[in-house]
Amino acid sequence: MDSTRKEWLLNALIAVALFAVPLWALMANEPFIITLATRIAILAVAAVGLNIALGLGGMVSFGHALYLGLGGYVAGIAAHHAFNGTPIFAGIPGTNQMLIIWAIAMVLSGALAAVVGALSLRTSGIFFIMITLAFAQMGFFFTLSWPAYGGEDGLPIFVRNQFPGMNTARPWDLFLIAYGVLIFSLAVFALLRAARFGAALMAIRQNPDRAAAIGISPFGIKLVGFILSGMITGLAGAMMADLTRFVSPVMMAWTMSGELIVIIILGGVGRLFGPVVGAALLVGFEVFFGGLTEHWKLWLGLVLLGVVLFARGGLIGLIAGRTQHG
Amino acid sequence: MADPVLELRGLSKSFGALKATDNVSLTLMPGEIHALIGPNGAGKTTLMGQISGKIAPDAGEVWLSGQNITAFSVAQRAKLGLGRSFQVSSLIPEYSAQRNVMLALQARQGHSFRFLKPVMRDSGLREAARAILARVGLDARASVESAVLSHGERRLLEIAVALALKPKCFLLDEPMAGLGAEGTARLVSFLHSLKEEAPILLVEHDMDAVFRLADRISVLVYGRIIATGSVADIRGNAEVRAVYLGEESPA
Amino acid sequence: MSLALVLEQMLNGVQFGLMLFLMSAGLTLVFGVMGLINLAHGSLYMIGAFLCAAVAGATGNFWLGLVGGLTAAAAAGAVIEIAVIRRLYARDHLDQVLATFALILILSEAMRLIFGPFPLYLNVPPALRGTVNLGIVDYSLYRLALIGFGIAVALGLWALIAKTRLGIRIRAGESDREMIAALGVNIRALYTIVFALGAALAGLAGALVGAIQSVQVGMGEPVLILAFVVIVIGGIGSVKGAMVGALLVGVIDTMGRFLLPRFFANFLDTAQAMGIGAALASMLIYLLMALVLIFRPKGLFPAHG
Repeated sequence: MDSTRKEWLLNALIAVALFAVPLWALMANEPFIITLATRIAILAVAAVGLNIALGLGGMVSFGHALYLGLGGYVAGIAAHHAFNGTPIFAGIPGTNQMLIIWAIAMVLSGALAAVVGALSLRTSGIFFIMITLAFAQMGFFFTLSWPAYGGEDGLPIFVRNQFPGMNTARPWDLFLIAYGVLIFSLAVFALLRAARFGAALMAIRQNPDRAAAIGISPFGIKLVGFILSGMITGLAGAMMADLTRFVSPVMMAWTMSGELIVIIILGGVGRLFGPVVGAALLVGFEVFFGGLTEHWKLWLGLVLLGVVLFARGGLIGLIAGRTQHG
Repeated sequence: MADPVLELRGLSKSFGALKATDNVSLTLMPGEIHALIGPNGAGKTTLMGQISGKIAPDAGEVWLSGQNITAFSVAQRAKLGLGRSFQVSSLIPEYSAQRNVMLALQARQGHSFRFLKPVMRDSGLREAARAILARVGLDARASVESAVLSHGERRLLEIAVALALKPKCFLLDEPMAGLGAEGTARLVSFLHSLKEEAPILLVEHDMDAVFRLADRISVLVYGRIIATGSVADIRGNAEVRAVYLGEESPA
Repeated sequence: MSLALVLEQMLNGVQFGLMLFLMSAGLTLVFGVMGLINLAHGSLYMIGAFLCAAVAGATGNFWLGLVGGLTAAAAAGAVIEIAVIRRLYARDHLDQVLATFALILILSEAMRLIFGPFPLYLNVPPALRGTVNLGIVDYSLYRLALIGFGIAVALGLWALIAKTRLGIRIRAGESDREMIAALGVNIRALYTIVFALGAALAGLAGALVGAIQSVQVGMGEPVLILAFVVIVIGGIGSVKGAMVGALLVGVIDTMGRFLLPRFFANFLDTAQAMGIGAALASMLIYLLMALVLIFRPKGLFPAHG
């Protein structure tokens, strides 16, 4: 069996498993497991977003927590004003409708990513890594010191936002929503990767001089990739806030940006299901080893080091072999 | 007389005290192969960089079919019809030969901001790429990753990518490098037929190939063009023999 | 707002900047010579602080602690370089970021395992307690000593790089890696030495700052990020750039936190002014870094070409 078919089979297996385990948990009345699966799905969405920039475009953004946090604050602030019945500003009311919140989160994240990307893409290499980190740190410190929405203490969401036809207070319903969004974001990623846009973006990652010499201007393509990437991660942020019913500056911390990269690496860079596998590994690791020892991060560090040094294709790479492009 | 397709007007570029190119002017006329030769360090690489847009000249202009393109970026020039091949093969390593050509076709057709339709299901693009690969004799290797192709095959793929751009002129940077006698002979006859499609500015070390192919030759020494003329003119030019052919005997 | 207060804050800024320089110098050397992004540099700072506090606590002598912290950080640096870092030189930046991110997790948990979850405290040595009169202001003697110490180390580092054999090799390594190999310099050993030197400087900074902060796991990362800001502003690989960048960041950050809330208090009520002022002040240096990168994409003193 060639490695492409092997990867598709593996992907299907992962998609089914991520659905079947919480379904079993629903029958067995284990809401904790359902919530874990929801968390994996949402983290995976965030990493799918980053995977567009990092996996397809080779843009090592060390500041994607910025969009995650922005999405989170959109959900938090909208819910806060909807709950209190106060306008956000200039008469604009809050809302508790997830679909509206998601749209706003994506638009704002895209706009922010456009600004950050347009400035950051003037640089490359370590400078790009550092300038994206710097922008995320600005967001982190801004939310930390801005008192209106809780500052350091964060902002609770007292009543989870609503989704038409669902009861979002029930873990299973929330899981279905998150799973649906994950499948949606994976479809977006797969379409982008296969389309002309993806062909250009991946070509620029591998050889920007060649791309320019055939008339593909790297800057514009990379910028659009960066914006799409920020939008999807922003969407994940809004969902994450609703899952934990809480937003705080920690969502924008640099460690969060690092974790998103770790998720992608654990799963496999540029792989469609890499973020799903990576998120499952990270959350699973935390729950499993976290239950055994309070020093589980030591083991996480060792595993991560091992993956970087010895298994660069991530878990999917280990199982399915290296990527093939027809 | 027809207008030149590509025209360099007084291009100069210095790196510190070194004049890499010094007031270089030349024309590329429709239907011709104009070879640019010169010893190592003559400034050929800098000149190619200035024509393709990678290096901004200190002075001078580049014109492409009547348009001043001096201020244009590499990508803009390529879009306007400058089909460039690289001295050291520079392809998309993870893409197959076919995808490398398809990418060039896609770039020529317009922008790359299409997000939904899978490239590989675009039969028009695929077949056009196959046809071009067949022209250079690479159709049997279409699905091989370019990183895995042999050196000679990569040189041919460079040409195929340039072909796919349907350029107004070709800018070929040492296409024969490392090809061996048989490969060179094949490429020579191919380039001979190619010039009907678009004129070729050919930078080449292989003097045999140059003398067989070129309609005109310009000789670059220390950043300056010391002579331009037919093969016979250049063979007979005393200055050229002294500074160039004398130093480096024809292969 | 008195002149004395402004002077005090300026001195604080310079002191902060010099400590940042100690952190940044190693980081920028490691990037300049080996082309490596080392996120775990903050962990070496932490190791220096922990070991200094532990040794000083056990012996009752701050100076022994300082030697202990510096030695431990240098040793840890050498071990890490040999065990992990040297496998990363040929890798891309993404792998370097991830592997050194993993090192942060490992080293932080290791410190927690060894020293427990609670912060350690390190006392200012008796000889440097109290304040000293500088004409218009009474300033902390210890902080003043840190300024002196920072300048002395900076001069020492400059002499090391400019005047010694090792310095010549380091400079050669920055400009041309293949060349020093061709010259027969033992590159592996040189890299280990440079890394350990950077680690020692970070450990020294951690130990010195440990006496005015609590010593705890996680103390290294905020400083690490500031040090990255410093070297990006200064130009990665340039020690001179690190000095300029460190002083800029130290002074601008300190003065921003001091002045901005007071500035906004002129036209806003106090609570709002404090909030906005603090929010802007904390973003100031990142804004500076973004501006520098936008206008000078390779920093103020580009080291390579």
